[in-house]
Amino acid sequence: MAAAVDTSLKAPTAPKTQDRYRTLTALVSCAAPAALIVIVLTLLQQAAPAISKFGSAFLVRSTWNPVTLDFGALPFIYGTAVTSAIALAIALPVGVAVSLMLAEPGAQGIRGAMGTGIELLAAIPSVVYGIWALYVLAPFSLKYIETPVTEHLGFIGFLAGPPRQYSFFSASLVLAIMILPTLAAVSRDVIRAVPRGLRESSVALGATWWETTWRVVLPTARAGIFGATVLALGRALGETIAVTMVIGNRDEIPPSIFSPGYTLASKIANEFSEATGTLYPAALVELGLVLILVTLTVNLIALLLVRSTQARIAA
Amino acid sequence: MSHNFWRRIKSTAALSAIYALTGLALVPLGLVLWYTIAKGLPAASHPEFYVNVERPVGIPGAGISNAIVGTAMMVGMASLIAIPVGVIGGVYLAEYGHGRWAGWVRLASDVLVGAPSIALGLVAYAIIVVPLHHYSAISASVALSILMLPVVIRTTESAVGLIPGGLRESGLALGLPRWRVSLQLIVPAAAPGVITGALLAVARAAGETAPLLFTGFGNPLWSVDPTHAMSALPLIVFRGALTPYKELQDQAWGAALVLVTMVLAINLASRWVLRRQIRLAGQL
Repeated sequence: MAAAVDTSLKAPTAPKTQDRYRTLTALVSCAAPAALIVIVLTLLQQAAPAISKFGSAFLVRSTWNPVTLDFGALPFIYGTAVTSAIALAIALPVGVAVSLMLAEPGAQGIRGAMGTGIELLAAIPSVVYGIWALYVLAPFSLKYIETPVTEHLGFIGFLAGPPRQYSFFSASLVLAIMILPTLAAVSRDVIRAVPRGLRESSVALGATWWETTWRVVLPTARAGIFGATVLALGRALGETIAVTMVIGNRDEIPPSIFSPGYTLASKIANEFSEATGTLYPAALVELGLVLILVTLTVNLIALLLVRSTQARIAA
Repeated sequence: MSHNFWRRIKSTAALSAIYALTGLALVPLGLVLWYTIAKGLPAASHPEFYVNVERPVGIPGAGISNAIVGTAMMVGMASLIAIPVGVIGGVYLAEYGHGRWAGWVRLASDVLVGAPSIALGLVAYAIIVVPLHHYSAISASVALSILMLPVVIRTTESAVGLIPGGLRESGLALGLPRWRVSLQLIVPAAAPGVITGALLAVARAAGETAPLLFTGFGNPLWSVDPTHAMSALPLIVFRGALTPYKELQDQAWGAALVLVTMVLAINLASRWVLRRQIRLAGQL
């Protein structure tokens, strides 16, 4: 429809100003791709000293010593991966349940209020989650989750004690809360894109609400929900402040998820403003470069998954 | 008969489980708001909290006026950059968004939304703080504007897209050139939606801490000079919460309360504007 209008305007009789309007707005819209390119190039340039010194070994070395200028990113990559994975494992079932609730047609009464609540969950600043996690969530988790789990299941390596208040697990809990709205909102959009006809035929055959959801709606939307999960993963990987406040800050790769550690983002947040010399800040920027490249790739994959699912369902 | 009965029970149970899980998801919202109010009110209920600047531990009467002004200035300057650029970019996507270039812009904005905010801080540090040789509010604004840009672009695009084709076609049928149709008919009709997007971006930027750590940096003194270090509410919360001093922790909670109130107020305002937009678009 709009495309038809467009071609008619490109007729040779159209005055020059119209092309100028189009060119001008197109030029301004370059800001988004340009910002992306500038970000990656600047980080590459700033990280150059560290990249040329350590090469690809930077990614697999686990020392971090500003005194001897010996740097490796492995503990932080490990911490980022572990916290994000645990956060996803917690947020995924809850997020899909929330999205099913939100996707039901009509948004009156309690369901509308719940939807608004979930959206407000996304509006609360990260640092506020951080201070809350520091003083409320982490002590709670130590007392009622970490301590009992390590006592009863401590023989399993990654659940071993001693439990610590500021740990991978505390960081994962607050991350799970923070990525939930993303997961729920994107899944809801995908589930809403499932054609009514499909749902109605299932109901017409006598299927209950749950049978329709479990055997028709969810399988149709599966790839899109996976995309939403990957998008939430991207958020979790890059989240900085709340994690920095409760992860405990240790340059180690501990066996247990109840031990303190570090993530890429929180390492940068804590040390960059105090890093002196050339190599030390460059190594921190390289952590940032690793982080942004992984996040952008993850986001790209997620977007393509969500879009292709929506397109496939619509077709 | 009993088979069907169990099927119905199962369905009802699943539906109840979904409501229960959503309720569970809302528990943190309630708890965060409750603790922020309960722990923030003691500090935030004193008038001097909004008038005075930060003071060293042990000296009574500390306030966060410098941080409130700092947040307002940094977010304000970021908006001055991001909102005009974002709105024009969004209008381009909505008006001419069928080509390959538009596809790239859209993809870039969607990917940019997910860029870790700490990386934006590193970039602003490299391109502004290093050449100027000191931390500055303007570098924080640049980092925040990159954060806001994709939000403004995408919400503007969808707001303009909500305007029915009939309005555009009637403008064109009257012989108006495309740019006048766009600027005088379409954009004004989409204004509430565009404002919603801008408000959401402002709310998001106001709560960000990570991009400010090595740009705005924080400043215990009163400062309105954009080329120097400036305080901000999120920085007060972050640094105060991690100190062992009770006064600074209380101040952090108070600042958190002010921040949450601000962000939620902007968010609810944007919701209200959006509802008007949807009603308006329905009438067109």
